Order: sequence, then C-alpha cells, then structure tokens
Amino acid sequence: MFGKLVPVPSGAVIPERDIGKRPILNCINLGVTFGGLKAVDDFNLMIGRTEIAGLIGPNGAGKTTVFNLLTKVYQPTHGTILLDGQDTHNMTTAQVNRAGIARTFQNIRLFNDLTVEENVTVAMDAQMKYSMVSGIFRLPSFWKEEKVAHERALELLSLFHMQDLANVKAGSLPYGAQRRLEIVRALATNPSLLLLDEPAAGMNPSETAELMENIRKIRDTFQIAIMLIEHDMNLVMNICEGICVLNFGRVIAKGSPEEIQSNPVVIEAYLGKQKEA
Amino acid sequence: MKQRKISKTNVVNFSTYLGMVIFFLVMTALSKAGVLNRSMTGLLVPICCYMSMAVSLNLTVGILGELSLGHAGFMSVGAFAGVIASQSLLDVVPSAGLRLTIAMIVGALFATVAGFIVGAPVLRLQGDYLAIVTLAFGEIIKELVTCLIVGHDENGLHILFNLTGNKTVEDLGLSDTGIAIIKGAQGTASVKTIASFTAGFILVMVTLFIVLNLKHSRAGRAIMALRDNRIATSSIGINTTKYKLMAFVTSAALAGAAGALYGLNYSSLQAAKFNFNTSILVLVFVVLGGLGNIWGSLVAAAALTILPEALREFADYRMLVYAIVLILVMLATHNPTLQSFFARLKPGKKEEKEAA
Repeated sequence: MFGKLVPVPSGAVIPERDIGKRPILNCINLGVTFGGLKAVDDFNLMIGRTEIAGLIGPNGAGKTTVFNLLTKVYQPTHGTILLDGQDTHNMTTAQVNRAGIARTFQNIRLFNDLTVEENVTVAMDAQMKYSMVSGIFRLPSFWKEEKVAHERALELLSLFHMQDLANVKAGSLPYGAQRRLEIVRALATNPSLLLLDEPAAGMNPSETAELMENIRKIRDTFQIAIMLIEHDMNLVMNICEGICVLNFGRVIAKGSPEEIQSNPVVIEAYLGKQKEA
Repeated sequence: MKQRKISKTNVVNFSTYLGMVIFFLVMTALSKAGVLNRSMTGLLVPICCYMSMAVSLNLTVGILGELSLGHAGFMSVGAFAGVIASQSLLDVVPSAGLRLTIAMIVGALFATVAGFIVGAPVLRLQGDYLAIVTLAFGEIIKELVTCLIVGHDENGLHILFNLTGNKTVEDLGLSDTGIAIIKGAQGTASVKTIASFTAGFILVMVTLFIVLNLKHSRAGRAIMALRDNRIATSSIGINTTKYKLMAFVTSAALAGAAGALYGLNYSSLQAAKFNFNTSILVLVFVVLGGLGNIWGSLVAAAALTILPEALREFADYRMLVYAIVLILVMLATHNPTLQSFFARLKPGKKEEKEAA
C-alpha cells in the first residue's frame, strides 16, 4: 500500500520514495535521565520526509518522553536531534516549533477561553509580522494580515469540516472535535514534522476510521512527515509505514508493520514471556 | 459567521466606549447644574484614575492571568514623575492642557521603565513569585519616593536623595525663584492642580482604546493563550516571555499615566497614599468587575470609589458597611441562579459572555 521500507547507511529504515532526500528527523543516541532514572536511553530513529511513523510500546515505556525531548519540553541529557539536518541543541520549545516540529498532547491542551478560530490563528503568530503598535492603532498591516490569517484558519478548519464551529469557544467543543482542533492548531504552524500523541484516545471505531483518513489526508495535502503514539494497534498497523517499539526507554524493534507484528521481542514486551513448561 | 462574530465583539466594545461617554456627559451636566455636592465633584478625577488603573490591571490579572500586587507602585512612579514634569514646566509651557498631557506621557514613560525593570527578570518565573515581587516593588517605590527631595529653579532640576533622613528642602540650594516639588515624606508641595474631569475622561478612553485593541490583535490572542495553557502556547512557537512582558509593561505604562493625572489633582500628595492597600483596592475593582471583563472593571471602579463617600452617613460604621456590601455583591454575582436571571434579563450581558 505504501511502497516498501529500505535501509539507509545508518542502519535505520525509511520509505523508498524518501530515499535520496535528507530525512526530516534523525535522532542519534538521544537520552534523558531524571535523577538516575534513564527515562529514554540510546534512542536512534530516522524519519523520511513524507513518512507516517508509529511509536508504540507498553505503558510507561517513554513514548511521550520522546515527544517531550523532540519538542524540548525536557532538555535531552545526551544525544543529538537533527531536524532536517539542523541540530536543535539549545533551542527552546518555541524555537523548535518555528524550526518545524508541531505536536498535539495526550491530555488535550487547547486554549479553552478562545474561540476555535482564535485557537488556529494564534498558532500563526510566528508567520505574522505586524507590530504591537499596528495592532493597537489598526494600521493597514493589521487588517491585511488578520484577513490572511482568518482565511487560512477557515481553510484549515474546513479540512476537518469544522469551519462552522469557528466562533464556538474551544472549551465547549465535544471531545472528538477538541482532538481535531488540536491537530488543526498544530498544522497552522506550518510544520514539516507533526507529532500526534494518542490521537485516537477515547474515540469510537467510526471516529478512529475517520481519523485514519484524516491523517493520510494531512500527509498527502501538506507532504509532511507524521509520527504518532497510539495504543490502537488497528490504527497503527493500518496507516504507519515504519514503526518503532519502545520498552523501558529503549528501542526494542524497528520495521514495517508486518515485521513488528511477527517480532518475538515485541510480543514478549506486550504479552510477557511464555513460561517454559 | 465571521461577520457576526466581529460585530458581536464590536458591539460589546462599542457599548463600553458609549457607556463611558454617557457617564462623562451625565456627570458633566450634573455638576454644571449644581446637583452634585462638592465631595462628589471632587471624586470625578479619582474615579477616572481608578477606572484607568482597573482596566490596566485587568490586562495583567484578567487577560494575562498573572497576579500583580504592586499596581499602585507604578501609579506612584507615574504620579511623582508627572508632578515633577508639570511643576518644572510651569513657565515653559503655560497651557495647562498641554502640560497635563506632557506630565501624563512622562509618567507613563517612567512607569514603563519601572515595569520593564520589575517584569524582565520576574516574568520568567511562574505562579506566585510575580505576586510577591510586585508586592515588594510597591513597598520599595513607596520608601524610595519618601526619601526623594526635588526642587526646580532656573538652573534646572535639583534632586536630593535623603537616605540619612536629616536633609531638608534647604539642602537643595534652590535660588529665590525656585520651587520645592517633592519634600520627602511630606510628599508633593503646592502643586498647581491642573487635572480635570475632561482629562480623566480622555485618559480612560485612551486606556480602553489601547487595552481593547491590544486584546483583539495577535498580541492579545497570544497573551490569552498564555493564560489558558503555557506549554501549549510555547508548543505553537510563541515566545512566552515576550508577550508576558508586553502585557505587563503596557499595564504599568497605563497605570503611570493614571498616576500622573492623580498626582496633579491634589496640591499635596504623600508617597504613602500608593501603598499596598491601594494595590489591593484596584485588584478588588478588577475581581469584582470580572477577570478579563473590561466594562466590569469600569463599573466596579466607579461604584466602589463613590460607595465610601455615599456611606458617610454611617459615620464610624462606614468601612464595615462597605465590606458587607462587597461580600454581598461578590456572593450575588457568583450565584448561578442570579447569573442566569441576569443573562435572561439582558441580551447584552449574554453577548459579552460569549464574546469576551
């Protein structure tokens, strides 16, 4: 369905169509220690420019910690993150976002008192240029840029059929719509890599199916890479091209969905070791 | 949809401006007609100052969501800077209106600097630290101004810092034509009072214009996003420190302008006037009017400034009644039954809730 994964010199695998282009993300020996506890250790991963990648693992494996390292919510204690070839060392969360990583959160973090549209336009702040003075005195640059932002916000919202909710407070949206809005907000920052932290959590099967369609649609429309953490194996196996399995902060397997499903180490991590009789 | 939303927000903003204009016209008419007694007329300028203070503090507390307990400190900086500017320009700028404008701009500038000095290091922290530091700042400003002795003669400004406590105006070495402006703990001396209700009205309108337009621009969105969720705000590429500082310093500048007007309303004013109680008083206006609710701040500031005056007949029990009224109003405004009752009664109120 996706074309096959091929190994690259570093030992990682990325989709065949992304070969020859610089990978969007390359983590080298990434790790973080919290007071002696190695939450993530020796994490190596390469993601192709238009790949949909999955990060899975049992609870507490360190999946969200990896996202927090990539977005600099935590500073890695060792290792390197190359985002499109650029070292993100010393960048803040905001700078990493401007460099191209956008994310959603496991526990939804919307701006509840802002409207749906404002939640999207606020994410375009980095692309807007008008100064505080132009904003206060309503100079022409204010009207021009606000109009562009408004139109772009509606366009992004219409991808998820949410344009009619533009003036509703984000906090009063139903759960599924809040999850979708978080994705739209992340997209509004023009990312080249989108991190989705459990996008299907709390969704019913039909919502999940719609979400899968949407994730593919995002990749095809924007030609960006997407990495997602998800416990819904049906979703992961269906849309991810490359999958990385974490357990106790370490990568225990990498490969295509078929390889991962039949990997004995992965099965052991999820189900436990079969006792010898 | 969008068109309706814009007009809705605009309706609320427009009513806020309109309400202020009506308040101004009615009060002017009443005082012209001689209906208002002297104490009420004397309150008009302070009401405008407090309205402006409340709206500007609402920017920090309601819109940015950071607790500041030193707003009177910025008012103090603005007041004394404004009085010094006005008094030293007595001969150069004979027009009272122009002098008042200059004084308010100078007050705002000095408060801006003070806001920046306090805000830049502190706003990197989160939570209650800002409240504690701003509280300390207010007290420090009070003590510093108490040490200040300032005079003006044809040679320019004479400034003396009375740290030892044994210096007086005589030590300034003013010439015969010189005037003392600030006499240490005695505060400002024989200030030519040029503040007027019209100036106060203009100040409130300018404050409203700045705060409302800032709120409905990219900066305002970022500031409100920060209030709602800090981590998410930085995850969408927003420099949180920059926007925090922007809101805090703007708020300080507006308080400085209000302070300058306040200072020029009294022939003598002590630094002790701008103490912790004044900061809390302004905070009460903001909380009572509703966090983030601009017109609420205006109404609360006006009502709570007039109330103690209106309660004079209770004599010794005045502050007790004042406190009881405060508690009752708080209870009433936070009662769900009453809230829904008012929402049904006034379509405008419902609109505000959705648009705010």
